[in-house]
Amino acid sequence: MVTRYIGAPVRRVEDLRLITGNGRYTDDIGIGTGALEVAFVRSPHAHADIGEIDVTRALDVPGVMAIYTHEDLEDAAAEPLPVLIPHPSMHAPRTGYALAKDVVHHVGEPIAMVVAESRSLAEDAAALIDVEYRRLPAVVGIPAARAADHAVHRDIPDNIAAHLVQQVGDVDAGMDAAPHRLSFDLTIERSCSMPLEGKAVHARWDPDDRSLRVYSSTQTATSVRAAIAAKLGLPLPKVEVIAPDVGGGFGVKIMHPWPEEILVPMAAMRLGRPVKWTEDRREHFISSAHERGQEHHIDVGFDDAGKILALDVSFWHDNGAYTPYGIICPIVTSTQLLGPYKPGAYRVEFHSVYTTTVIVTPYRGAGRPQGVFAMERTMDRIAETLGLDRAQVRAVNFIQPDEFPYDQGLIFQDGRPLIYDSGNYPAQLDMIKDMIGWDEFPALKAEAARQGRRIGIGLGCYVEGTGPGPYEGAHIQVLTDGSVEVAIGLTSQGQGHQTVFAQIVADELGVPFESVRVTTGDTRRFGYAVGTFASRAAVMSGSAVALAARAVRAKALRVASDALECAATDLEITAGVVAVKGNPTASIPLGQVAVLSNPLRYAFDEAAKAATQFARPADPSTSPVAEGESPGLESSDYYSPPRSTFASGMHAAIIEIDDDTSEITINRYCVVHDCGTLINPMIVRGQVHGGVVQGIAGALYETLAYDEHGQLLNASFMDFLMPYVTEVPPRFEIGHQETPSPLNPLGIKGAGEAGVIPVSAVIAAAVEDAMGFRIDAMPLNPSRLFDLRRDFDAGRLEPLKGRPE
Amino acid sequence: MTEPTEQRESLHEVKLTVNGGTRSATVTARRTLSDFLRHDLGLTGTHVGCEHGVCGACTVLLDDAPVRSCLIFAVSVSGQRVTTVEGLAGEPEAGRPSGLSPVQQAFHECHALQCGFCTPGFLTTVTACLAANPAPTRDQAVEMIAGNLCRCTGYQNIVDAVLRAAELQSAEVQGRQK
Repeated sequence: MVTRYIGAPVRRVEDLRLITGNGRYTDDIGIGTGALEVAFVRSPHAHADIGEIDVTRALDVPGVMAIYTHEDLEDAAAEPLPVLIPHPSMHAPRTGYALAKDVVHHVGEPIAMVVAESRSLAEDAAALIDVEYRRLPAVVGIPAARAADHAVHRDIPDNIAAHLVQQVGDVDAGMDAAPHRLSFDLTIERSCSMPLEGKAVHARWDPDDRSLRVYSSTQTATSVRAAIAAKLGLPLPKVEVIAPDVGGGFGVKIMHPWPEEILVPMAAMRLGRPVKWTEDRREHFISSAHERGQEHHIDVGFDDAGKILALDVSFWHDNGAYTPYGIICPIVTSTQLLGPYKPGAYRVEFHSVYTTTVIVTPYRGAGRPQGVFAMERTMDRIAETLGLDRAQVRAVNFIQPDEFPYDQGLIFQDGRPLIYDSGNYPAQLDMIKDMIGWDEFPALKAEAARQGRRIGIGLGCYVEGTGPGPYEGAHIQVLTDGSVEVAIGLTSQGQGHQTVFAQIVADELGVPFESVRVTTGDTRRFGYAVGTFASRAAVMSGSAVALAARAVRAKALRVASDALECAATDLEITAGVVAVKGNPTASIPLGQVAVLSNPLRYAFDEAAKAATQFARPADPSTSPVAEGESPGLESSDYYSPPRSTFASGMHAAIIEIDDDTSEITINRYCVVHDCGTLINPMIVRGQVHGGVVQGIAGALYETLAYDEHGQLLNASFMDFLMPYVTEVPPRFEIGHQETPSPLNPLGIKGAGEAGVIPVSAVIAAAVEDAMGFRIDAMPLNPSRLFDLRRDFDAGRLEPLKGRPE
Repeated sequence: MTEPTEQRESLHEVKLTVNGGTRSATVTARRTLSDFLRHDLGLTGTHVGCEHGVCGACTVLLDDAPVRSCLIFAVSVSGQRVTTVEGLAGEPEAGRPSGLSPVQQAFHECHALQCGFCTPGFLTTVTACLAANPAPTRDQAVEMIAGNLCRCTGYQNIVDAVLRAAELQSAEVQGRQK
C-alpha cells in the first residue's frame, strides 16, 4: 500500500531537537569560541540633533575592544540604509543609518556600538558614553503627524511619505445613485510581532579565506547576505548567511538589513574575532518594527438589499520614523479591504505619514487586519441601517463561485493585477453560520438575557493574497545511501518547513518520508530565495520542491531505464526503489541509481559496490556524460507564478461581557478557512490557533503606548499585555474548505497569516451586538469599554438601530 | 547605570549538580543562572526571552522546583541541584522507546510547539507540576502553564499536551508496577 503524505497530519521532524534542548538559535551559536559581544547606545529621545559623542570614559572599561559611531563607518556602510521596496507613490522616502548621523528620529535608534569581552562589560561601557543631544519636538500619533505643527524630517514639512489613490468604477456616480449612504471613521492602534526570540546576529570572519559567515535570526537569509556583501564591499560568494533555528518572526524579521546585521559582521572583520549581538527585550520594543496604526474614513452608498454601489475609503497610515520597507502595509490594506466582495465602484486613497516612533514594517497580516476591520464594520453598519441580517448583507455582496478568476481591477502589493484565483464564499458562509449557530443565536441571546447575562455574536470575512512572487527554488539530491537532501532558500520560524516539504518530496519522488532531510535558510545550500512572509512558503517553496522532485524523479527513471533495460514509462518509484511496473523483482534502489548517475564512481560505499551489477559497458563513441545530462541524481527547479494565490476565510465569535467589570470573555470562536490543498492539517490548525490568538491579542490586549514625548511607556512584558493561556478561549472550532489554486502544481494557497486577519472585526462586531452601541476603534480593553458604557448611559453615544428578530 | 570598575570584577567558583552531574565554572557575581547554564556550561536548551522574569522561557528546576533562571545569580545557588530541558530525556528503555519524557513525548504528539523557543520553559514547568499533581483537570492544566508566554501556538495544543503527558506518565507508572 502506498502511503500518501500530502494531506496527512504528519508529526514534525523539527520537534525532537527542539524538545530536548538541542535546537540551535543564533545566540546558541559558537558557545565557548570566545565571541566578543555587542551592546548599543540607543537614543533616549524621540527627536534630537546629535552633537559630540564622547567615548573616553567608556574606553577605560576593562574588556572593551572597540567602540564605533557613524564616523567610523566606511563607504556603503556609512550611507543610509536601503529602501527595499520603492513605489512611485513614495515621493519622500527616508531611511536611517546603521548608526545615527547627526540626528535621531525615534527612541531606540542606535548611535554607538560597543564591542567587549562580554555583554555586561559592553553594557557597562555603553552607559559611560556621553552623547550631546539637542532635543527637537516629538511627533507622536497620526493626528500630530497630519497637523504637521512639527516636521519629523526637516525637509518634509507635511510629514507625508507617500500618497496613493486607486479607483475602479465610477464612485461618484455610484454614490449619487445610492438610495442609502453612510459616512464614519474607524481606528486601529499600533501593535507588533513580538516573537519570543528577539533579533540576533553572530558573525565570523575568516582572514585566510577572506570570507564571512553570518548567522542571523532572520526571515530572509539570501537577502541579508546580499545586503551585507553590498554594504561591506565583499563579493557575494565570500558571504554566507544562515538562519538557524529562529524563535518566531511574525514579520519583524523579514525587514532587513537591520543595522545590527551590517554592524556586527563589520566588527568581526575589523577585529578578526567572532562577534555576536543578541537583542534584549527592551531593545526589541524600541528598535525593532511595529505595525497596524491606521485611521480610516469610510463613505459608502448602497441599495435596499445592502448591496454596495460605491465605496470610498481614505486612510492615514503611521509609518514611524523611516520607510525602509516601502509602503507595503497600506497598499495591502487598500487592496485587501475588498475581501470576498465586489462593490459597484471603489476608490481608496491613503497617506503614509512620518512620526518620531519606531519604524513600521509588516506584522502577521500586514495591513489586512485594518482593511478587514474597515470592510466588515461597513457591512455591519449597512445591516444596521437597513435592519437586515448581517450575514445576508455580506452574501449579497459576494463574488460568486462561477466568477473566478475574478479581477478586482486594482494593482496588488506585488505590482500585479489583483485577480482572485479561486474560492467559494457562499459555501464558506453557510459553513460558518452552521458552526456558530448563527440563525439560532437570537434565541440564545434572549435566554442569556433572562439569566442576566450579556452576550453578542460577530462575523468577519476576509480574502488573503498569499504566495506573492517573484520566485522560490529548491535543490534535491539523492545520495548514494538512498537518503534525500532537500535545500530551499527561504527560512523557517516555526512553521514546520522541514516536515511539510519532506512530505511533498516523499510523495513526488516516491521515497520514505524518513529518508528526506530538508535544510532551510542556508545560503551555502541554496543561494536564490526571497523569504518567509505573506503566507508564501508553502505556495512558493512547496511548488518549487514539487517541481524539483519531479525533475529528480524523471532523471532517476532515465538512469534506471538504462540499467534495467526497459522504457522509463514502464518504471515506477515506490518506497525509494525503482521497479518495473508489474514486476517488482526487476528493481534497483534509488541510492544505486544515484551511483549510476555519476560516471566517476569509486566503490566508497556499499551502494557503489552493489551498483556495479547494473553498470553497462561504456560505449566508446559517446561522451560519458550525455548531452543535456549532468553527473549526480540531483536537480534544482524554481517556481515563479504569474500572480498571487488568494486564500479566504470567515470567523465568528460569541462573547460575553461582565456587567460589573466590562471584561470581555470569548465563549466560542469558530473559523472556516480555505488555504487550498492542505499539506499537513495538523500544522495548518496550529497556524490558525496561533494566528487567532495574535488576533485576540490585537483586539483586546496589545497596544504600544507612546506618550507625547515619544517615549514607549509599556516596553516590557510586564506592561505590554501579551496573552497567556488564561486570556484565550478554551477551544477553537475549525472547519476546512479546500478550493485548490489553479496557479501551482499542488493547488496550495498558504495559511500562515490567515488566523490573525479578521479577529478585531469579529470581536468588535460581537461587542457591539452585546452592548447595543457602536465600536469604532480597537483594541478594546475593559477600561475603554467601561468608558464607552458610561458615555452610552449618559446619552453621549448613539444606540444601534433595530436588528431583525 | 554602572560606574566602571577600576579592576576586573571579582570571580567566584560556582559548583552545581546539573542534570545529575557535577558542573562548575568561575564567573562574576552578576552572572545570572541562565547565562551560566548557557554560556559557561554550554547548556543552550534553556532560553532567555525577556530577562525580567515574565515570559518563563528560562524556567529550570532548582531542587525540583521551577524557577526563572534569568532572575537568579549563579553564585547564589552554588551547591544546589538544577534540572534543565537537556536533563528531561533519558536513554531509550522498555515503555519509553524514544527516551523522551512523557512531557516531551506529549508535546511532540500534540503539536504543542512551533518555533520551540518558549518550549523548554513549558517542559520544565509542566514536569514539575505533574510531579505534584499527576492527574490534573483541564482547568488545572491551564493553571500549570499560566505563567509562561508562547507567541506561536495559541496555547490550546499545549493544554492538550499537559493532559496527554499525564496520561503517558500514568501509563508508565502502571507499566512499572506490573
